[in-house]
Amino acid sequence: MPAVELNNICKSYNDNLVVDNVSFTVAQGEIFGLIGPNGAGKTTTIRMMMDITKPDSGEISILGESLNEATKNRVGYLPEERGLYRKVRVLDTLVYLASLKGLGVRAARSRAEELLKRVDMLPHKDKKVEELSRGMGQIIQFLVTLIHDPQLLVLDEPFAGLDPVNTKLLKEMILELRNQGKAIVLSTHMMNEVEALCDRILMINKGCTVLYGELAEIKSRYRNNSVFLEFDGVLGEIEGVVGKKEHGEYVELFLDKETPPQKILRQLASRGVSVNRFEVSTPSLNEIFLQVVEKGQ
Amino acid sequence: MNKTILILKREFGQTIKRKSFIIITLAFPVLILIAIGIFSFIQGIEKPLVPSEVISIGYVDEVGGFSGYTEQPGEPTVILMGYNTPEEATSALLAGEISQYFIIPSNYVATGVVTRYTLQRELEPPGGIQWALKSFLLSNLLEGQTSPEVMERTKAPMGLVSIRLDETGQVATDQGGFGALIVPLAVGFLLIISIFSSSGSLLQGLGEEKENRVMEILLSSVSARQLLTGKVLGLGAAGLVQVVIWLLSAVFLVRWTSTLIGGFAGTLQIPDNFLVLGIVYFILVYLFFAVLMASIGAIGANARDSQQLSMILIMPAWIPLWGLFFFLNNPDHVVSRILTMIPVTAPLMVFVRLGTSEIPTWELVMSISILIAGIIGGLLLAAKLFRTFLLMYGKRPRLGEIIKSLREA
Repeated sequence: MPAVELNNICKSYNDNLVVDNVSFTVAQGEIFGLIGPNGAGKTTTIRMMMDITKPDSGEISILGESLNEATKNRVGYLPEERGLYRKVRVLDTLVYLASLKGLGVRAARSRAEELLKRVDMLPHKDKKVEELSRGMGQIIQFLVTLIHDPQLLVLDEPFAGLDPVNTKLLKEMILELRNQGKAIVLSTHMMNEVEALCDRILMINKGCTVLYGELAEIKSRYRNNSVFLEFDGVLGEIEGVVGKKEHGEYVELFLDKETPPQKILRQLASRGVSVNRFEVSTPSLNEIFLQVVEKGQ
Repeated sequence: MNKTILILKREFGQTIKRKSFIIITLAFPVLILIAIGIFSFIQGIEKPLVPSEVISIGYVDEVGGFSGYTEQPGEPTVILMGYNTPEEATSALLAGEISQYFIIPSNYVATGVVTRYTLQRELEPPGGIQWALKSFLLSNLLEGQTSPEVMERTKAPMGLVSIRLDETGQVATDQGGFGALIVPLAVGFLLIISIFSSSGSLLQGLGEEKENRVMEILLSSVSARQLLTGKVLGLGAAGLVQVVIWLLSAVFLVRWTSTLIGGFAGTLQIPDNFLVLGIVYFILVYLFFAVLMASIGAIGANARDSQQLSMILIMPAWIPLWGLFFFLNNPDHVVSRILTMIPVTAPLMVFVRLGTSEIPTWELVMSISILIAGIIGGLLLAAKLFRTFLLMYGKRPRLGEIIKSLREA
């Protein structure tokens, strides 16, 4: 049973189609990246998953059923728009919001303390939320998302506004959750985080799906078939190379369709060229993202 | 535990722990106690026989014959001193021998005009002095023409005592008058204050949750209906606690004051159905306002915006106050009856009428029925608006969008 299954979801506001026929599934135990530029329809898609807004058409299944009170208790949601009750103490906030997820007060309290300890924030438990720094507040909100031990976590831009230390902490915790078998939907436009964490992705632009699948497969699909080479000596003509681009310290060699990179390396070795760096070029997700978005415009 | 009850408990707990709530709840009984204390204290210190103030007033008699009764006892005691000319009287006034003087002109009997001269800047001549001067003039005018008893009666010909009888011809327990008006009117005001403070908390709470974005977390845990119900009932329960404390303290304090102080306080009355009507109207009017405030909270861009919008509801509630003088004198006028039926104006109007007259049972039943219908209608409206607009941040929807969403929902 997939953790999330969306089939042909459409949503429009004031005759403006913001999500157009989007479908995807998220398996248990995987980190799924929902990526796209600002205004692509990511947050609207997530709000429909969370039953905060209704889709105009299409079907949504969360943990095998349409979202109801019982399933809501098994889902953790970190919204993009952050905030907590400013005048309420940290521990009380965690306990109240956990109780709305079906956790008993006593269990919520001990779980809250355990999580605060995990993020080194136990000494702050009696502080009011307004006394915390922005980053600390975000960590507390992340704890709200997972305090009730949900089976599915939906994180909308979880790293936005976090410093490198807290970003690292959050990443570690997300990976821990994945290792515990939880499904995680990560919506972001920070591509380096997606590359580091996600197993599969869905890229949407202007409400439409533009890329969907395994991250590694997508990257190989968008490969230029070129290699980066840093060397000493004379290069000369190399069989299978159809173009060359200087990048200062190194050159990029563009290969014809039949030539694998290994063949180039063999030729270089046979000529006695001293190779300092040889790297098969794979475009970063950021480059793919830009390429796809620009193509769509 | 049911999530609605969780929200209810939290809203109730947060509200009754708030300092402003505790202060307002206790302020009413405490202020009345202080007022009673001051009243008794003043009465107590007035009781000892302090010799009353004596004021010397000059007069110039141009008619002739106003020479007797120159000492007028009262508050203050007035000693009248005759002068032959206005100049003499002015000199005496400037010398401080008299505080003021007046001239009885030669045509006084025909015109009744008397001119008074004083060094004081005042709004109007003090009542005690006016009474003393009238008494002086009347006594001299009637001198020798009637008995002293008739002369005294002429000065104060009527002390009206009005008694209301019930249908059996017995003296009615509710005698009406200002004594019967004060408590219901005061409680009517307090009821409105409590309703607005409770429904205002709802509005503010929603506005804050919208502003601080907790709303989205809440809606991913509970449904909009659970959130709305929990909040409305939780804040309403807190308001009810406040109102019950006020009503009970009103009943207790009035009974206690009547026996303790007497006088005007002794005439204070509480209508028979006062407690029940107070609670019923609080609950119903609160629910009515709460569901409408929730709709406004859903539409408003933030707490401040919502509060401005809510003025549309709050202003009409005070209509009975704007026309208070008219309604007090015409409690059974058709306008008064219509305002009893309109949910927004009902609570204050009912208590104004309760204090001045009697409201026929059918009118109360109709007023309450309209309120209940209003609550149901408001609930349907709120639920639709809640779902559509609760997550629109920073932007108030246009009227057209609201109507469209209501049609589509």
